[in-house]
Amino acid sequence: MQITVTVNDVAFTREVEPRLLLIHFLRDDLGLTGSHWGCDTSNCGACVVWLDETPVKSCTVLAAMADGRRVFTVEGLERGGRLDPVQEGFARCHGLQCGFCTPGMMLTARWLLDHNPDPSAEQIREALSGQVCRCTGYENIVRSVRWAAGQGVAVRGSPAEAGGSAEAGGSAEAGGSAETDGEAPA
Amino acid sequence: MTGQDGQGAYGRVRRKEDARFIRGRGTFVDDIQLPGMLHGAILRSPVPHARIVAIDTTAAEAHPRVEAVITGQALAELGLAWMPTISQDAQAVLATDKVRFQGQEVAFVVAQDRYSARDALELIHVEYEPLPVVVDAQLALAPGAPVIRDDLPGKTTNHIFDWEAGDKAATDEAFAAADVVVSQDMLYPRSHPAPLETCGMVAEMDPVSGKLTVWSTSQAPHAHRTIFALVAGLPEHKIRVVSPDIGGGFGNKAPIYPGYICAIAGSITTGRPVKWVEDRSENLMSGSFARDYHMRGEIAATADGRVLGLRATVLADHGAFNATAQPTKYPAGFFHIFTGSYDLQAAHCQVTAVYTNKAPGGVAYSCSFRITEAVYLVERMMDVLAREIGMDPAELRMKNLLRPEQFPYTTPSGWEYDSGDYPRALALAMEIAGYGELRREQAAKREHGEYMGIGISFFTEGVGAGPRAQMDILGLGMADGASLRVHPTGTAILGVSCQTQGQGHETTFAQIVAHELGLSPDDVEVVHGDTDRTPYGLGTYGSRSTPVSGAAAAMVARKVRERARIVASAMLEVAPGDLEWADGNWRVRGDPDQAKGIAEIAMAAHSSLELPAEVEGHLDAEVVYNPPNLTFPFGAYICVTDVDAGTGQVTVRRFIAVDDCGVQINPMIVEGQVHGGLADGIGMALMQVIAFDSGGNCLGGSFMDYLLPTSVECPSWELGQTVTPSPHHPIGAKGIGESATVGSPAAIVNSVMDALAPFGVRHADMPLTPANVWSAIQGRRLRTDLAFT
Repeated sequence: MQITVTVNDVAFTREVEPRLLLIHFLRDDLGLTGSHWGCDTSNCGACVVWLDETPVKSCTVLAAMADGRRVFTVEGLERGGRLDPVQEGFARCHGLQCGFCTPGMMLTARWLLDHNPDPSAEQIREALSGQVCRCTGYENIVRSVRWAAGQGVAVRGSPAEAGGSAEAGGSAEAGGSAETDGEAPA
Repeated sequence: MTGQDGQGAYGRVRRKEDARFIRGRGTFVDDIQLPGMLHGAILRSPVPHARIVAIDTTAAEAHPRVEAVITGQALAELGLAWMPTISQDAQAVLATDKVRFQGQEVAFVVAQDRYSARDALELIHVEYEPLPVVVDAQLALAPGAPVIRDDLPGKTTNHIFDWEAGDKAATDEAFAAADVVVSQDMLYPRSHPAPLETCGMVAEMDPVSGKLTVWSTSQAPHAHRTIFALVAGLPEHKIRVVSPDIGGGFGNKAPIYPGYICAIAGSITTGRPVKWVEDRSENLMSGSFARDYHMRGEIAATADGRVLGLRATVLADHGAFNATAQPTKYPAGFFHIFTGSYDLQAAHCQVTAVYTNKAPGGVAYSCSFRITEAVYLVERMMDVLAREIGMDPAELRMKNLLRPEQFPYTTPSGWEYDSGDYPRALALAMEIAGYGELRREQAAKREHGEYMGIGISFFTEGVGAGPRAQMDILGLGMADGASLRVHPTGTAILGVSCQTQGQGHETTFAQIVAHELGLSPDDVEVVHGDTDRTPYGLGTYGSRSTPVSGAAAAMVARKVRERARIVASAMLEVAPGDLEWADGNWRVRGDPDQAKGIAEIAMAAHSSLELPAEVEGHLDAEVVYNPPNLTFPFGAYICVTDVDAGTGQVTVRRFIAVDDCGVQINPMIVEGQVHGGLADGIGMALMQVIAFDSGGNCLGGSFMDYLLPTSVECPSWELGQTVTPSPHHPIGAKGIGESATVGSPAAIVNSVMDALAPFGVRHADMPLTPANVWSAIQGRRLRTDLAFT
């Protein structure tokens, strides 16, 4: 069957099998390998992308279901050479180690900040609780998202309507050294 | 990019690796697409023990998009049906005679795309003749148990080895003289590292040059190259192993898997590149597991809490093939470090290993070669003893910890600990925790039926394997090489044999070299994970990267520095002995204005300047580092839990971790390593288990059943540190990768058992799931490794 999917603002028309998963469409057909496959069962979230305005686990979405819709992936986070604050936050606060879960984590974090510009640590943990990181123990991911929250709105556009104020909310806890912002609490 | 003042290039510098990962531009094995590449898939056994009567591949071969179907029989004709394991056992690549565990590899399909390869698996018909199954290690040696390894000549039982360490007679004496003797049975259940990226390979055999290139999820590319050469009979210089970005390893990517051999065989057969990437169930059901140690601990002490002796008796479940990864001389890994951090007179351990109808593996999952099991045993026994004699577990530990003046310290089982200040670490952890206040809170809560627990664990690891004379893997000594090329303009490329899986080697190893040479880490590129471009070494596992390859990096930089001294002496027209190294320059003693930095010296070394006879030109150097001893990081952990006695639900409220890994190259990365290991501890202690039912079915075959900790199960970690340099490591570092995984499970279990003390519960096995905790409160102990119905 033929489908047309707009990925990171570019429309792609491809002939696909009806059973093709969205993650394989993105990775194998379009060569967008930033989104990863990790578990098959919607548990790990390495494959999270946005379908229209909502994060989905693309290992359990058919490519055909994205026909005529917009998909947003990690490759679309950086705009015009400017990193999204979430990307910057992950690098500053050591929010990643092996990097395999990172794209999915960042896309959920972006969605969270679009809807809640000043989330508490608990709200961040809740938002990311459908995704697994095996390396970081989550602490620095939470700090990364808090740092990004302190930078204000995303470069990709205005927050979704549901998210209330677009003003930069809260100050990031991490603001210490010029090199990194991952100070230990003790 | 520079380090903190006074620390040279060490310090919290941001990671070089992150620039690609935050943009989705990493290159993992499954990201690799080669022209003409085919896709492989493995048919796995649905039954745990059966004789293969017949395999019919006709229909699969007829599939229009299938290029090859490979069976064990076909591999046998090439001499590839069996491969050596890293414990010098033999493991079937594709089964020829029997299948011995559920999920074992039976056939390999190569097709034009991923989905067709999977489709074709369903077209292969295998006729199995079922055999009796044994998945309970405690029944594996019983008379009449089915013999799993009848392929081994003369094998009539499931016994693999007996091994012991320590002094049995002295231990018997210590126990005889003791006021108090307590024993406790405990299981460290089968677990799985479950890196988020599963294992896989792209294999490309060039039929013209005869060169095999593999892109592989390998933590040990050089060792894998040697093993491929031995298995396939290919000349080793015609094999190139590339480990691209690795999505977590934790030991799961140290072994050789049948899938790798199948991908290589598939490429040889078809003449085209073949990609094989396992799915999550394959990873969990057939990839290298961890633990599965059935242990009995016995501890002897005086009535006032002076520990005199320790015994451990272990039944080790190694699965269907003995594929544990450990130095050859130590079949139980480093378990005999089980006396832990305590000053006691005598100890003895005895380990018996058995085959069962379960997946092979053994030492995987950040365990420092079974030190995780050893720490768990001694730390549980300390708590059991504390309760028996009515002493606070912190006080008992403080009373028995090794004292700083005892280092270097030789343990009753023969280890020489390099350095440590244990009481200081425990005191710091107690201070951060507010230990006294926590005990008061606990007492108050118990008054009105709320159950909180405070659990302590103190661990000593031995990492950085290891000294060549004592340690090898499959006969390969555990020394690591490093090469350093310094370009004329003063930037450098370091080649190392170890392989990062997220540990940040590209950053920390650049910092090591930069620190030694007075450069910026930005000026040092780290090359790793490519056997054609790096010197030989045994890879990354057992927290050995910084202790061994990191030492090699420092030593090769020092060798370059010494060459630079000779060149500088020619430049400054003084004797080399008149130069001193200061502030990143070779400087004339007494005349600090006369100085040359590495960049200037490098240009001179490449120029037509007449050089002393000792240097031919250039600064490049290569070293092999053979560690004189292991390094011994340690730490004190305190876990605070709240237990709902009505549901058995455990919540980890706080976790305090004080680690000492010697000198820290990049404290940001050190803390990240600790954070990750602590989350692993929560997984193992409370959630994760690979259990089996009576039919031998694996009950942990997906993330629906094998539960991993998420952000809501983990608290905000509270870290502290002490720094006790290793006296024998070139930069005083000890390694940190596995410390928290080793140390944390015991703290969590001790905390829950402390919470359950009012119910008279002394021990329950991991994982402490709500059902397991609730059963313990009811006075029933579960076998968490079995689900017999």
